[in-house]
Amino acid sequence: MTFWQSLIDAARLLLTGYPELWRVIGLTMQVTGSALAISAVVGIPVGAAIALSRFPGRHLLVTVLYTGMGLPPVVVGLAVYLFLSRRGPLGGLDWLFTPPAMIVAQAIIAFPLVAGLTIAGLEGVDPDLRLQLRSLGASQAQVVRALLVEARGGVLAALLAGFGGIISEVGAAMLVGGNIAGQTRVLSTAIVLETRQGEFALAVAMGGVLLGLAFGVNALLLGLERRPNWRTGR
Amino acid sequence: MKGAAYDLLGVTRVYDGRRVLSVRELAVQEGEILAVVGPNGSGKSTLLRLLNFLEPCSAGEITYFGRRIEYPPPLDLRREVTMVFQRPILINGTVRDNLAYPLRLRSLQNRDRVEGLLAQFGLERLASASARKLSVGEYQRVALARALAAFPRVLLLDEPTANLDPYSVALIEGIVQSVRAAGRTTQVLVTHNVFQAKRLADRVVMLLEGDVIEAGNTRHFFDDPRDPRTAAFVRGEMVY
Ligand SMILES: Nc1ncnc2c1ncn2[C@@H]1O[C@H](COP(=O)(O)OP(=O)(O)O)[C@@H](O)[C@H]1O
Ligand SMILES: [Mg+2]
Repeated sequence: MTFWQSLIDAARLLLTGYPELWRVIGLTMQVTGSALAISAVVGIPVGAAIALSRFPGRHLLVTVLYTGMGLPPVVVGLAVYLFLSRRGPLGGLDWLFTPPAMIVAQAIIAFPLVAGLTIAGLEGVDPDLRLQLRSLGASQAQVVRALLVEARGGVLAALLAGFGGIISEVGAAMLVGGNIAGQTRVLSTAIVLETRQGEFALAVAMGGVLLGLAFGVNALLLGLERRPNWRTGR
Repeated sequence: MKGAAYDLLGVTRVYDGRRVLSVRELAVQEGEILAVVGPNGSGKSTLLRLLNFLEPCSAGEITYFGRRIEYPPPLDLRREVTMVFQRPILINGTVRDNLAYPLRLRSLQNRDRVEGLLAQFGLERLASASARKLSVGEYQRVALARALAAFPRVLLLDEPTANLDPYSVALIEGIVQSVRAAGRTTQVLVTHNVFQAKRLADRVVMLLEGDVIEAGNTRHFFDDPRDPRTAAFVRGEMVY
């Protein structure tokens, strides 16, 4: 099969709505969306807390987080696998080879990216602004919120980096999900499988969808940031 | 008869073992404009931060409208005082966003107030402009308007007209005077400009190396200073 032939077949597959493909896309969005949401809910506050306070060991913690930004996903997958395997400490959950296991692994992969880049973003905000916000009458929580809004470009970059780090990730998804058709098969693991089986058209179609999804999410979030009256809502 | 907005007694502020402010006694009367003058590093901005309850005194006590203040004070009380910092920072948004911000913090309705301030400060044309794109004078006017937005009981001004064009200086001085005339807001004005202190203030205090070396009503301060260093300052001989 030629390269061009597989492109054409891929387009046909997408247009005719091959049901298995749509199921894979749906699961990918579900798993990656949940993982990103969890890493945001935990990572942004943790990043803010680290960026805005001073305590012994802070520098070490930041270094650990920054190192975590380059954590090999397959290593995270391995660790999660060991925790969730039948004899592991969390084996009782029976999560191995289910979407929750994949969500846990991906959330862990995205967390240092989200927290670390949130810290970097907040450190770009003028340190004197904090005192001025307090002088204008901001409570502690209002100060943190306003600083995150000031650093919104960085926070957005944090979310996009987290998203990019997990949507296309194969190693952990494969290890803890198992690539079970209709259950834990996501775009990245499906691409590997279909390519191995010589189903190039399907693999290319999925690759195209993966790129499209990544582009769409980036465009959406960046567009949101550029909206002129972004901050008028409370 | 109005009372004191602030009474400071034995107030000191120490940074890294160095005492940068030491006020044996100082009162700010309700509704007045108190000018604080003195060379760079004499503790003027530090005094304003203490009056704004942004940091604790190292020793001594501050009484605010008859109430002894423990640091940190309750939020409601801190919200009565706002400051225009020596180097103000606007939030990254439009001019309108900046003026609405203190009102939003207090969950106050802001439409009419913000429009009123825009008009009063000659900023209507810039209402939707990004705060990042303002000239120095416009920037400073927005900072003052923002500090006034939530009707503070006390307004602290840290060199609000330093390095400004004459138009903005006149506008800001006019606003300070109209706030004084309305009589509901006490103002403490840090300035380098002897003539500005003379034009605006009811009373003047002079700080030197953290000590109050002279305090008195404006006429007295300028016509008949007790301390020779104040006399030098008044004659414009003080070197900064
Ligand atoms: N946060 C701080 N930490 C350490 N030193 C400070 C701090 N703020 C001010 N100072 C020092 O306190 C002294 C008084 O400063 P400041 O109140 O800003 O004076 P002024 O406003 O009269 O120029 C200066 O020597 C300054 O370096
Ligand atoms: Mg100063």
